[in-house]
Amino acid sequence: MEKQLYTITENRLVAADTYRLVLSGKGKVDGEFVHLEIPGFYLRRPLSVCDSEEGRFVLLYKTVGEGTRVLATLPEGSRLSVLTGLGKGFDASACSRSALLVGGGLGAAPLYLLAKELKQQGKKVTAVLGFNKADEIVLAQEFEGLCDAFALATLDGSVGVKGFVTDALRTLAPTYDYFYTCGPMVMMKAVCQALEGPGEASLEERMGCGAGFCYGCSVQTAGGPRRVCKDGPVFKKEEILW
Amino acid sequence: MVKDLSVNLCGQSLRNPVVPASGTFGFGLELADTFDLNVLGGISLKGSTREARYGNPVPRIAEASCGMLNAVGLQNPGIDVLVGSKVPALRKIYNGCIIANISGFSLEEYRECCAKADACEGIDIIEVNISCPNVHNGGMAFGTNPNAAAEVTRTVREVCSQKPVFIKLSPNVTDIVTIARACEDAGADGLTLVNTFLGMRIDIARRKPILANTTGGFSGAAIFPIALRMVYQVAHACHIPVMGCGGVTSARDVLEMMMAGATAVQVGAENLRNPFACPEIIEALPVEMERLGIQDIKEIIKTV
Repeated sequence: MEKQLYTITENRLVAADTYRLVLSGKGKVDGEFVHLEIPGFYLRRPLSVCDSEEGRFVLLYKTVGEGTRVLATLPEGSRLSVLTGLGKGFDASACSRSALLVGGGLGAAPLYLLAKELKQQGKKVTAVLGFNKADEIVLAQEFEGLCDAFALATLDGSVGVKGFVTDALRTLAPTYDYFYTCGPMVMMKAVCQALEGPGEASLEERMGCGAGFCYGCSVQTAGGPRRVCKDGPVFKKEEILW
Repeated sequence: MVKDLSVNLCGQSLRNPVVPASGTFGFGLELADTFDLNVLGGISLKGSTREARYGNPVPRIAEASCGMLNAVGLQNPGIDVLVGSKVPALRKIYNGCIIANISGFSLEEYRECCAKADACEGIDIIEVNISCPNVHNGGMAFGTNPNAAAEVTRTVREVCSQKPVFIKLSPNVTDIVTIARACEDAGADGLTLVNTFLGMRIDIARRKPILANTTGGFSGAAIFPIALRMVYQVAHACHIPVMGCGGVTSARDVLEMMMAGATAVQVGAENLRNPFACPEIIEALPVEMERLGIQDIKEIIKTV
Protein backbone atom coordinates (compact mmCIF):
# COMPACT_ATOMS: atom_id res chain seq x y z
CA MET A 1 0.00 0.00 0.00
CA GLU A 2 1.20 3.48 -0.87
CA LYS A 3 -0.19 6.97 -0.33
CA GLN A 4 0.45 9.51 -3.05
CA LEU A 5 -0.90 12.72 -4.49
CA TYR A 6 -2.28 12.38 -8.01
CA THR A 7 -3.39 15.12 -10.38
CA ILE A 8 -6.75 15.04 -12.14
CA THR A 9 -6.11 15.22 -15.89
CA GLU A 10 -9.67 14.35 -16.91
CA ASN A 11 -12.98 14.29 -15.04
CA ARG A 12 -15.89 14.29 -17.45
CA LEU A 13 -19.40 12.96 -17.87
CA VAL A 14 -19.35 9.91 -20.18
CA ALA A 15 -22.82 8.42 -19.52
CA ALA A 16 -25.84 9.16 -17.34
CA ASP A 17 -24.51 10.25 -13.93
CA THR A 18 -21.25 8.49 -14.85
CA TYR A 19 -17.84 10.13 -14.90
CA ARG A 20 -14.47 9.11 -16.27
CA LEU A 21 -11.67 10.21 -13.96
CA VAL A 22 -8.07 10.08 -15.11
CA LEU A 23 -5.37 10.58 -12.49
CA SER A 24 -1.71 11.20 -13.23
CA GLY A 25 1.20 10.58 -10.95
CA LYS A 26 4.38 8.63 -10.48
CA GLY A 27 4.65 4.98 -11.49
CA LYS A 28 2.01 2.44 -12.42
CA VAL A 29 -0.69 1.74 -9.86
CA ASP A 30 -1.27 -1.85 -8.93
CA GLY A 31 -4.08 -3.39 -6.93
CA GLU A 32 -7.73 -3.93 -7.73
CA PHE A 33 -8.98 -0.61 -6.38
CA VAL A 34 -7.75 2.73 -5.11
CA HIS A 35 -8.97 4.63 -2.06
CA LEU A 36 -9.61 8.30 -2.85
CA GLU A 37 -9.74 11.16 -0.40
CA ILE A 38 -12.47 13.59 -1.41
CA PRO A 39 -12.07 17.10 0.04
CA GLY A 40 -14.55 17.68 2.88
CA PHE A 41 -15.36 14.02 3.47
CA TYR A 42 -14.05 11.97 6.34
CA LEU A 43 -13.69 8.51 4.84
CA ARG A 44 -12.01 7.67 1.56
CA ARG A 45 -13.98 6.26 -1.38
CA PRO A 46 -12.95 2.92 -2.90
CA LEU A 47 -13.08 2.82 -6.72
CA SER A 48 -12.07 -0.04 -9.01
CA VAL A 49 -9.22 0.58 -11.42
CA CYS A 50 -10.56 0.48 -14.98
CA ASP A 51 -7.29 0.99 -16.81
CA SER A 52 -3.73 1.60 -15.76
CA GLU A 53 -0.46 2.43 -17.45
CA GLU A 54 2.81 4.08 -16.49
CA GLY A 55 2.07 7.49 -14.95
CA ARG A 56 -1.75 7.43 -15.16
CA PHE A 57 -4.82 5.39 -14.37
CA VAL A 58 -8.52 5.54 -15.18
CA LEU A 59 -11.57 5.23 -12.88
CA LEU A 60 -15.26 5.29 -13.66
CA TYR A 61 -17.72 6.41 -11.01
CA LYS A 62 -21.39 7.20 -10.65
CA THR A 63 -22.65 10.18 -8.67
CA VAL A 64 -24.65 8.16 -6.17
CA GLY A 65 -23.99 10.13 -2.98
CA GLU A 66 -22.64 13.41 -1.65
CA GLY A 67 -18.99 12.33 -1.95
CA THR A 68 -19.12 11.35 -5.59
CA ARG A 69 -21.18 14.46 -6.38
CA VAL A 70 -18.37 16.61 -4.96
CA LEU A 71 -15.79 14.51 -6.80
CA ALA A 72 -17.60 15.29 -10.05
CA THR A 73 -17.11 19.04 -9.47
CA LEU A 74 -13.32 18.85 -9.12
CA PRO A 75 -11.56 20.51 -12.05
CA GLU A 76 -8.55 19.26 -13.99
CA GLY A 77 -5.37 20.06 -12.15
CA SER A 78 -6.84 19.29 -8.71
CA ARG A 79 -4.71 17.05 -6.56
CA LEU A 80 -6.12 14.05 -4.71
CA SER A 81 -4.61 11.87 -2.00
CA VAL A 82 -4.83 8.28 -3.21
CA LEU A 83 -4.04 4.97 -1.52
CA THR A 84 -2.93 2.42 -4.09
CA GLY A 85 -1.99 -1.24 -4.10
CA LEU A 86 -5.24 -2.37 -2.48
CA GLY A 87 -7.34 -5.50 -2.86
CA LYS A 88 -6.97 -8.95 -4.36
CA GLY A 89 -8.22 -8.75 -7.93
CA PHE A 90 -9.28 -11.15 -10.65
CA ASP A 91 -6.97 -14.09 -11.22
CA ALA A 92 -6.31 -14.06 -14.98
CA SER A 93 -4.18 -17.19 -14.66
CA ALA A 94 -7.22 -19.19 -13.49
CA CYS A 95 -8.45 -19.16 -17.08
CA SER A 96 -6.61 -21.61 -19.30
CA ARG A 97 -7.77 -20.67 -22.82
CA SER A 98 -11.13 -19.01 -22.97
CA ALA A 99 -12.69 -16.49 -20.58
CA LEU A 100 -16.22 -15.18 -20.15
CA LEU A 101 -16.61 -11.72 -18.60
CA VAL A 102 -20.02 -10.62 -17.36
CA GLY A 103 -20.47 -7.05 -16.16
CA GLY A 104 -23.41 -5.07 -14.88
CA GLY A 105 -23.34 -1.27 -14.90
CA LEU A 106 -20.02 0.08 -13.66
CA GLY A 107 -18.99 -3.52 -12.92
CA ALA A 108 -17.66 -3.26 -16.47
CA ALA A 109 -14.81 -1.02 -15.24
CA PRO A 110 -12.52 -3.56 -13.50
CA LEU A 111 -13.43 -6.19 -16.13
CA TYR A 112 -11.89 -3.96 -18.80
CA LEU A 113 -8.46 -4.08 -17.15
CA LEU A 114 -8.90 -7.85 -16.78
CA ALA A 115 -9.87 -8.21 -20.46
CA LYS A 116 -6.67 -6.43 -21.49
CA GLU A 117 -4.61 -8.72 -19.29
CA LEU A 118 -6.32 -11.85 -20.65
CA LYS A 119 -5.74 -10.73 -24.24
CA GLN A 120 -2.09 -10.03 -23.48
CA GLN A 121 -1.87 -13.64 -22.27
CA GLY A 122 -3.27 -14.75 -25.63
CA LYS A 123 -6.61 -15.95 -24.29
CA LYS A 124 -9.96 -15.84 -26.00
CA VAL A 125 -12.30 -13.35 -24.31
CA THR A 126 -16.07 -13.13 -24.54
CA ALA A 127 -17.72 -10.20 -22.77
CA VAL A 128 -21.36 -9.58 -21.92
CA LEU A 129 -22.33 -6.25 -20.39
CA GLY A 130 -25.70 -5.24 -19.03
CA PHE A 131 -27.11 -1.78 -18.35
CA ASN A 132 -30.50 -0.36 -17.41
CA LYS A 133 -30.80 1.73 -20.54
CA ALA A 134 -28.81 3.03 -23.50
CA ASP A 135 -27.64 6.28 -21.90
CA GLU A 136 -25.91 4.37 -19.08
CA ILE A 137 -23.69 2.31 -21.38
CA VAL A 138 -19.95 2.66 -20.83
CA LEU A 139 -16.90 0.97 -22.37
CA ALA A 140 -18.93 -0.77 -25.11
CA GLN A 141 -16.57 0.30 -27.92
CA GLU A 142 -13.50 -0.55 -25.89
CA PHE A 143 -14.75 -4.06 -25.09
CA GLU A 144 -15.93 -4.60 -28.67
CA GLY A 145 -12.52 -3.67 -30.02
CA LEU A 146 -10.70 -5.86 -27.56
CA CYS A 147 -12.82 -9.01 -27.23
CA ASP A 148 -13.35 -11.97 -29.53
CA ALA A 149 -17.09 -11.88 -28.91
CA PHE A 150 -19.19 -9.17 -27.29
CA ALA A 151 -22.85 -8.69 -26.41
CA LEU A 152 -24.90 -5.98 -24.73
CA ALA A 153 -28.12 -6.26 -22.79
CA THR A 154 -30.35 -3.40 -21.67
CA LEU A 155 -33.33 -3.73 -19.39
CA ASP A 156 -35.48 -1.50 -21.58
CA GLY A 157 -34.26 -3.13 -24.79
CA SER A 158 -32.98 0.17 -26.20
CA VAL A 159 -29.70 -1.49 -27.21
CA GLY A 160 -28.78 -5.17 -27.63
CA VAL A 161 -30.70 -7.98 -26.01
CA LYS A 162 -33.74 -6.84 -24.01
CA GLY A 163 -33.42 -7.99 -20.43
CA PHE A 164 -30.66 -9.01 -18.03
CA VAL A 165 -27.14 -10.23 -18.77
CA THR A 166 -28.42 -13.72 -18.04
CA ASP A 167 -30.85 -13.32 -20.97
CA ALA A 168 -27.96 -12.27 -23.21
CA LEU A 169 -25.93 -15.25 -21.99
CA ARG A 170 -28.72 -17.63 -23.00
CA THR A 171 -28.83 -16.12 -26.49
CA LEU A 172 -25.06 -16.03 -26.92
CA ALA A 173 -24.35 -19.44 -25.31
CA PRO A 174 -20.62 -18.71 -25.14
CA THR A 175 -17.96 -21.36 -24.61
CA TYR A 176 -15.43 -20.67 -21.84
CA ASP A 177 -13.41 -22.50 -19.24
CA TYR A 178 -13.55 -19.75 -16.59
CA PHE A 179 -15.87 -16.81 -15.93
CA TYR A 180 -15.46 -13.47 -14.19
CA THR A 181 -18.28 -11.20 -13.05
CA CYS A 182 -18.68 -7.78 -11.49
CA GLY A 183 -21.85 -5.79 -10.94
CA PRO A 184 -24.76 -5.50 -8.53
CA MET A 185 -25.00 -8.35 -6.00
CA VAL A 186 -28.32 -9.65 -7.39
CA MET A 187 -26.83 -9.78 -10.87
CA MET A 188 -23.67 -11.59 -9.77
CA LYS A 189 -25.73 -14.07 -7.80
CA ALA A 190 -27.88 -14.82 -10.86
CA VAL A 191 -24.75 -15.11 -13.04
CA CYS A 192 -22.98 -17.46 -10.62
CA GLN A 193 -26.08 -19.63 -10.37
CA ALA A 194 -26.72 -19.66 -14.14
CA LEU A 195 -23.18 -20.31 -15.33
CA GLU A 196 -21.59 -23.74 -15.28
CA GLY A 197 -18.00 -24.26 -14.30
CA PRO A 198 -15.53 -22.28 -12.20
CA GLY A 199 -15.55 -18.53 -11.89
CA GLU A 200 -15.16 -15.57 -9.60
CA ALA A 201 -17.08 -12.44 -8.63
CA SER A 202 -16.06 -9.05 -7.26
CA LEU A 203 -18.00 -8.07 -4.14
CA GLU A 204 -18.77 -4.58 -2.92
CA GLU A 205 -19.15 -3.37 0.66
CA ARG A 206 -19.00 -0.16 2.68
CA MET A 207 -15.38 0.11 3.77
CA GLY A 208 -13.49 1.81 6.52
CA CYS A 209 -9.74 1.61 5.99
CA GLY A 210 -9.78 -0.27 2.67
CA ALA A 211 -6.56 -2.00 3.65
CA GLY A 212 -7.63 -4.89 5.86
CA PHE A 213 -7.05 -3.63 9.39
CA CYS A 214 -10.38 -2.19 10.57
CA TYR A 215 -12.52 -5.24 9.77
CA GLY A 216 -15.36 -2.94 8.74
CA CYS A 217 -16.17 -4.85 5.55
CA SER A 218 -15.94 -8.48 6.71
CA VAL A 219 -18.47 -10.81 5.12
CA GLN A 220 -19.20 -14.43 5.89
CA THR A 221 -17.90 -16.85 3.27
CA ALA A 222 -17.75 -20.62 2.98
CA GLY A 223 -14.23 -20.36 4.44
CA GLY A 224 -15.24 -18.09 7.36
CA PRO A 225 -15.17 -14.30 7.71
CA ARG A 226 -13.26 -12.51 4.94
CA ARG A 227 -12.44 -8.83 4.48
CA VAL A 228 -13.83 -7.59 1.15
CA CYS A 229 -11.05 -4.97 0.92
CA LYS A 230 -8.09 -7.25 1.60
CA ASP A 231 -9.05 -10.92 1.11
CA GLY A 232 -11.18 -9.73 -1.85
CA PRO A 233 -12.96 -7.93 -3.38
CA VAL A 234 -12.73 -10.86 -5.81
CA PHE A 235 -13.78 -14.25 -4.43
CA LYS A 236 -14.21 -17.64 -6.05
CA LYS A 237 -17.82 -18.50 -6.86
CA GLU A 238 -17.94 -21.35 -4.34
CA GLU A 239 -16.64 -19.14 -1.50
CA ILE A 240 -19.48 -16.63 -1.70
CA LEU A 241 -22.54 -17.05 0.51
CA TRP A 242 -25.30 -15.19 -1.32
CA MET B 1 17.00 19.74 18.14
CA VAL B 2 17.21 16.40 19.93
CA LYS B 3 13.93 15.93 21.75
CA ASP B 4 13.06 13.36 24.38
CA LEU B 5 9.80 11.78 23.30
CA SER B 6 9.83 8.87 25.72
CA VAL B 7 7.18 8.38 28.35
CA ASN B 8 6.76 5.90 31.18
CA LEU B 9 3.53 4.00 31.51
CA CYS B 10 3.36 1.98 34.76
CA GLY B 11 7.01 1.01 34.47
CA GLN B 12 6.83 0.40 30.71
CA SER B 13 9.06 2.74 28.78
CA LEU B 14 7.49 3.88 25.50
CA ARG B 15 9.80 5.47 22.91
CA ASN B 16 7.07 8.02 22.27
CA PRO B 17 3.50 8.55 23.51
CA VAL B 18 1.77 7.59 20.24
CA VAL B 19 -0.24 4.35 20.28
CA PRO B 20 -2.72 3.24 17.60
CA ALA B 21 -6.02 2.58 19.38
CA SER B 22 -7.64 -0.81 19.62
CA GLY B 23 -9.80 -1.69 16.64
CA THR B 24 -8.12 0.78 14.31
CA PHE B 25 -4.89 -1.10 13.69
CA GLY B 26 -5.88 -4.79 13.53
CA PHE B 27 -3.29 -6.97 15.22
CA GLY B 28 -0.46 -4.80 13.94
CA LEU B 29 0.52 -7.49 11.47
CA GLU B 30 -1.90 -6.17 8.85
CA LEU B 31 0.24 -3.01 8.62
CA ALA B 32 3.65 -4.63 8.85
CA ASP B 33 4.35 -3.93 5.16
CA THR B 34 2.97 -0.39 5.27
CA PHE B 35 5.61 1.24 7.49
CA ASP B 36 8.18 0.25 10.11
CA LEU B 37 6.02 -0.49 13.15
CA ASN B 38 9.01 0.11 15.41
CA VAL B 39 8.45 3.87 15.21
CA LEU B 40 5.30 3.39 17.35
CA GLY B 41 5.36 3.94 21.10
CA GLY B 42 2.93 1.07 21.54
CA ILE B 43 0.20 -0.81 19.71
CA SER B 44 -3.21 -1.55 21.21
CA LEU B 45 -4.42 -4.71 19.51
CA LYS B 46 -7.89 -5.45 18.27
CA GLY B 47 -10.30 -6.36 21.08
CA SER B 48 -10.34 -10.06 21.89
CA THR B 49 -12.95 -12.28 23.51
CA ARG B 50 -12.95 -15.87 24.79
CA GLU B 51 -14.45 -17.36 21.64
CA ALA B 52 -13.89 -16.33 18.05
CA ARG B 53 -16.51 -13.83 16.91
CA TYR B 54 -17.64 -12.79 13.43
CA GLY B 55 -19.18 -9.63 14.84
CA ASN B 56 -22.10 -7.69 13.41
CA PRO B 57 -23.54 -8.00 9.91
CA VAL B 58 -22.49 -5.44 7.27
CA PRO B 59 -22.79 -2.53 6.70
CA ARG B 60 -20.61 -1.85 9.72
CA ILE B 61 -19.31 1.55 8.67
CA ALA B 62 -21.06 4.89 8.17
CA GLU B 63 -19.71 8.36 7.59
CA ALA B 64 -20.45 11.59 9.41
CA SER B 65 -19.13 15.14 9.32
CA CYS B 66 -15.59 15.06 10.70
CA GLY B 67 -15.97 11.47 11.85
CA MET B 68 -17.37 8.03 11.31
CA LEU B 69 -19.47 5.36 12.94
CA ASN B 70 -18.50 1.74 13.27
CA ALA B 71 -20.41 -1.29 14.44
CA VAL B 72 -17.85 -4.01 13.82
CA GLY B 73 -18.96 -5.80 16.98
CA LEU B 74 -15.66 -7.23 18.19
CA GLN B 75 -14.78 -9.48 15.28
CA ASN B 76 -11.77 -11.45 16.50
CA PRO B 77 -10.30 -14.95 16.34
CA GLY B 78 -10.52 -15.51 20.12
CA ILE B 79 -8.05 -15.15 22.98
CA ASP B 80 -6.22 -18.41 22.25
CA VAL B 81 -5.32 -17.28 18.74
CA LEU B 82 -4.33 -13.86 20.14
CA VAL B 83 -1.84 -15.20 22.67
CA GLY B 84 -0.87 -18.27 20.62
CA SER B 85 -0.18 -16.72 17.24
CA LYS B 86 -1.00 -13.00 16.78
CA VAL B 87 1.13 -11.67 19.65
CA PRO B 88 4.13 -13.99 19.03
CA ALA B 89 4.07 -13.03 15.31
CA LEU B 90 3.93 -9.31 16.14
CA ARG B 91 6.65 -9.65 18.79
CA LYS B 92 9.01 -10.96 16.09
CA ILE B 93 8.77 -7.70 14.15
CA TYR B 94 7.93 -5.17 16.85
CA ASN B 95 9.95 -4.34 19.96
CA GLY B 96 7.71 -1.63 21.47
CA CYS B 97 4.87 -1.86 23.95
CA ILE B 98 2.20 -4.40 23.01
CA ILE B 99 -1.19 -3.75 24.59
CA ALA B 100 -3.73 -6.57 24.56
CA ASN B 101 -7.31 -5.31 24.53
CA ILE B 102 -9.71 -7.71 26.24
CA SER B 103 -13.48 -7.68 26.03
CA GLY B 104 -16.10 -9.91 27.55
CA PHE B 105 -19.74 -10.69 28.17
CA SER B 106 -19.37 -11.93 31.75
CA LEU B 107 -16.99 -11.50 34.68
CA GLU B 108 -15.86 -15.06 34.12
CA GLU B 109 -14.96 -14.33 30.50
CA TYR B 110 -12.96 -11.23 31.51
CA ARG B 111 -11.17 -13.29 34.17
CA GLU B 112 -10.29 -16.13 31.83
CA CYS B 113 -9.12 -13.94 28.96
CA CYS B 114 -7.08 -11.60 31.17
CA ALA B 115 -5.40 -14.55 32.88
CA LYS B 116 -4.32 -15.84 29.46
CA ALA B 117 -3.10 -12.39 28.42
CA ASP B 118 -1.19 -12.03 31.71
CA ALA B 119 0.57 -15.33 31.03
CA CYS B 120 1.49 -14.36 27.44
CA GLU B 121 5.12 -13.30 27.27
CA GLY B 122 4.78 -10.84 24.38
CA ILE B 123 2.11 -8.70 26.02
CA ASP B 124 3.22 -5.68 28.06
CA ILE B 125 -0.04 -4.08 29.15
CA ILE B 126 -3.59 -5.40 29.44
CA GLU B 127 -6.33 -2.99 28.41
CA VAL B 128 -9.76 -4.11 29.57
CA ASN B 129 -12.55 -2.89 27.34
CA ILE B 130 -15.69 -2.23 29.37
CA SER B 131 -16.97 0.25 26.82
CA CYS B 132 -17.77 -1.41 23.48
CA PRO B 133 -21.08 0.11 22.35
CA ASN B 134 -21.64 -2.43 19.59
CA VAL B 135 -22.30 -5.67 21.42
CA HIS B 136 -25.34 -6.54 23.44
CA ASN B 137 -25.33 -7.68 27.08
CA GLY B 138 -21.64 -7.04 27.37
CA GLY B 139 -18.97 -4.48 26.76
CA MET B 140 -20.46 -1.13 27.63
CA ALA B 141 -22.93 -2.62 30.13
CA PHE B 142 -19.95 -3.03 32.48
CA GLY B 143 -18.63 0.44 31.79
CA THR B 144 -21.69 2.53 32.47
CA ASN B 145 -22.16 1.58 36.11
CA PRO B 146 -19.47 2.30 38.73
CA ASN B 147 -20.20 -0.88 40.71
CA ALA B 148 -20.00 -3.11 37.64
CA ALA B 149 -16.86 -1.32 36.45
CA ALA B 150 -15.26 -1.86 39.86
CA GLU B 151 -16.26 -5.50 39.85
CA VAL B 152 -14.64 -6.15 36.46
CA THR B 153 -11.53 -4.31 37.61
CA ARG B 154 -11.26 -6.37 40.83
CA THR B 155 -11.86 -9.59 38.92
CA VAL B 156 -9.12 -9.01 36.36
CA ARG B 157 -6.75 -7.47 38.92
CA GLU B 158 -6.84 -10.79 40.82
CA VAL B 159 -5.60 -12.77 37.81
CA CYS B 160 -3.17 -10.23 36.38
CA SER B 161 -0.23 -10.59 38.69
CA GLN B 162 2.48 -9.66 36.18
CA LYS B 163 1.12 -6.92 33.99
CA PRO B 164 -0.37 -3.47 34.40
CA VAL B 165 -4.13 -3.36 33.89
CA PHE B 166 -5.70 -0.37 32.13
CA ILE B 167 -9.49 -0.07 32.06
CA LYS B 168 -10.88 1.46 28.87
CA LEU B 169 -13.81 3.70 29.72
CA SER B 170 -16.97 4.60 27.86
CA PRO B 171 -17.89 8.25 27.33
CA ASN B 172 -21.57 7.27 27.24
CA VAL B 173 -22.07 8.03 30.94
CA THR B 174 -23.38 10.90 33.01
CA ASP B 175 -20.16 11.31 34.98
CA ILE B 176 -17.03 9.60 33.73
CA VAL B 177 -15.10 10.64 36.84
CA THR B 178 -17.30 8.45 39.06
CA ILE B 179 -16.54 5.41 36.87
CA ALA B 180 -12.84 6.28 36.70
CA ARG B 181 -12.58 6.60 40.50
CA ALA B 182 -14.41 3.29 40.96
CA CYS B 183 -11.86 1.58 38.72
CA GLU B 184 -8.93 3.23 40.46
CA ASP B 185 -10.25 2.22 43.89
CA ALA B 186 -10.74 -1.35 42.63
CA GLY B 187 -7.07 -1.59 41.70
CA ALA B 188 -6.70 -0.41 38.11
CA ASP B 189 -3.13 0.55 37.23
CA GLY B 190 -4.27 2.98 34.56
CA LEU B 191 -7.18 4.17 32.47
CA THR B 192 -7.75 4.53 28.73
CA LEU B 193 -10.38 7.05 27.71
CA VAL B 194 -12.48 7.41 25.74
CA ASN B 195 -14.08 4.71 23.63
CA THR B 196 -16.60 5.75 20.94
CA PHE B 197 -19.81 7.70 21.41
CA LEU B 198 -23.02 5.83 20.66
CA GLY B 199 -24.43 7.27 17.45
CA MET B 200 -26.64 6.58 14.46
CA ARG B 201 -27.16 7.52 10.81
CA ILE B 202 -30.19 7.00 8.56
CA ASP B 203 -30.21 6.48 4.80
CA ILE B 204 -32.99 8.95 4.02
CA ALA B 205 -33.64 7.48 0.56
CA ARG B 206 -34.22 3.99 1.94
CA ARG B 207 -35.62 5.27 5.26
CA LYS B 208 -33.48 2.77 7.12
CA PRO B 209 -30.46 2.96 9.41
CA ILE B 210 -27.18 2.83 7.44
CA LEU B 211 -25.65 0.42 9.92
CA ALA B 212 -27.06 -3.11 10.03
CA ASN B 213 -26.69 -2.84 13.81
CA THR B 214 -28.82 0.37 13.72
CA THR B 215 -26.41 2.17 16.08
CA GLY B 216 -22.63 2.38 16.16
CA GLY B 217 -19.72 4.04 17.86
CA PHE B 218 -18.94 7.58 16.67
CA SER B 219 -15.28 8.53 16.50
CA GLY B 220 -12.96 10.83 14.60
CA ALA B 221 -11.85 14.44 14.73
CA ALA B 222 -15.29 15.67 15.84
CA ILE B 223 -15.03 14.07 19.29
CA PHE B 224 -11.61 15.50 20.20
CA PRO B 225 -12.84 18.38 22.43
CA ILE B 226 -15.16 16.06 24.38
CA ALA B 227 -12.50 13.38 24.80
CA LEU B 228 -10.00 16.04 25.86
CA ARG B 229 -12.41 17.39 28.49
CA MET B 230 -12.95 13.88 29.88
CA VAL B 231 -9.20 13.16 29.97
CA TYR B 232 -8.71 16.45 31.79
CA GLN B 233 -11.41 15.69 34.37
CA VAL B 234 -10.28 12.12 35.02
CA ALA B 235 -6.54 12.90 35.10
CA HIS B 236 -7.18 15.58 37.70
CA ALA B 237 -9.44 13.38 39.81
CA CYS B 238 -7.37 10.16 39.76
CA HIS B 239 -3.77 9.35 40.56
CA ILE B 240 -3.16 6.62 37.98
CA PRO B 241 -1.85 7.25 34.44
CA VAL B 242 -4.26 7.94 31.62
CA MET B 243 -4.01 7.02 27.96
CA GLY B 244 -5.97 9.72 26.15
CA CYS B 245 -8.00 8.68 23.14
CA GLY B 246 -10.59 10.31 20.92
CA GLY B 247 -10.32 12.34 17.73
CA VAL B 248 -6.55 12.77 17.76
CA THR B 249 -5.34 13.67 14.27
CA SER B 250 -2.09 15.61 14.68
CA ALA B 251 1.03 16.15 16.74
CA ARG B 252 -0.59 19.26 18.18
CA ASP B 253 -3.57 17.15 19.35
CA VAL B 254 -1.11 14.76 21.04
CA LEU B 255 0.52 17.62 22.94
CA GLU B 256 -2.90 19.04 23.88
CA MET B 257 -4.09 15.66 25.17
CA MET B 258 -0.90 15.33 27.25
CA MET B 259 -1.26 18.81 28.72
CA ALA B 260 -4.81 17.78 29.72
CA GLY B 261 -3.34 14.86 31.64
CA ALA B 262 -2.58 11.96 29.29
CA THR B 263 0.70 10.09 29.69
CA ALA B 264 0.25 8.37 26.33
CA VAL B 265 -2.09 9.19 23.47
CA GLN B 266 -4.02 6.78 21.29
CA VAL B 267 -4.81 7.52 17.66
CA GLY B 268 -7.97 5.81 16.41
CA ALA B 269 -10.24 6.65 13.49
CA GLU B 270 -7.55 8.77 11.85
CA ASN B 271 -5.71 5.54 10.99
CA LEU B 272 -8.69 4.53 8.85
CA ARG B 273 -8.51 7.77 6.84
CA ASN B 274 -4.78 7.65 6.66
CA PRO B 275 -2.92 4.43 7.46
CA PHE B 276 0.26 6.52 7.79
CA ALA B 277 -1.27 8.81 10.45
CA CYS B 278 0.80 7.51 13.39
CA PRO B 279 4.25 7.70 11.73
CA GLU B 280 3.37 11.14 10.34
CA ILE B 281 2.32 12.38 13.81
CA ILE B 282 5.47 10.95 15.41
CA GLU B 283 7.63 12.65 12.79
CA ALA B 284 5.86 15.96 13.39
CA LEU B 285 6.13 15.83 17.20
CA PRO B 286 9.74 17.13 17.53
CA VAL B 287 8.97 19.95 15.09
CA GLU B 288 5.96 21.08 17.15
CA MET B 289 7.94 20.67 20.38
CA GLU B 290 10.70 22.86 18.97
CA ARG B 291 8.14 25.50 18.02
CA LEU B 292 6.71 25.43 21.55
CA GLY B 293 10.05 25.23 23.35
CA ILE B 294 9.46 21.75 24.78
CA GLN B 295 12.60 19.69 25.32
CA ASP B 296 11.19 16.66 27.10
CA ILE B 297 7.64 15.63 26.30
CA LYS B 298 7.12 14.19 29.79
CA GLU B 299 7.34 17.64 31.30
CA ILE B 300 4.06 18.77 29.72
CA ILE B 301 1.87 15.98 31.17
CA LYS B 302 -1.02 17.40 33.20
CA THR B 303 0.36 20.92 33.16
CA VAL B 304 -3.00 22.50 32.40
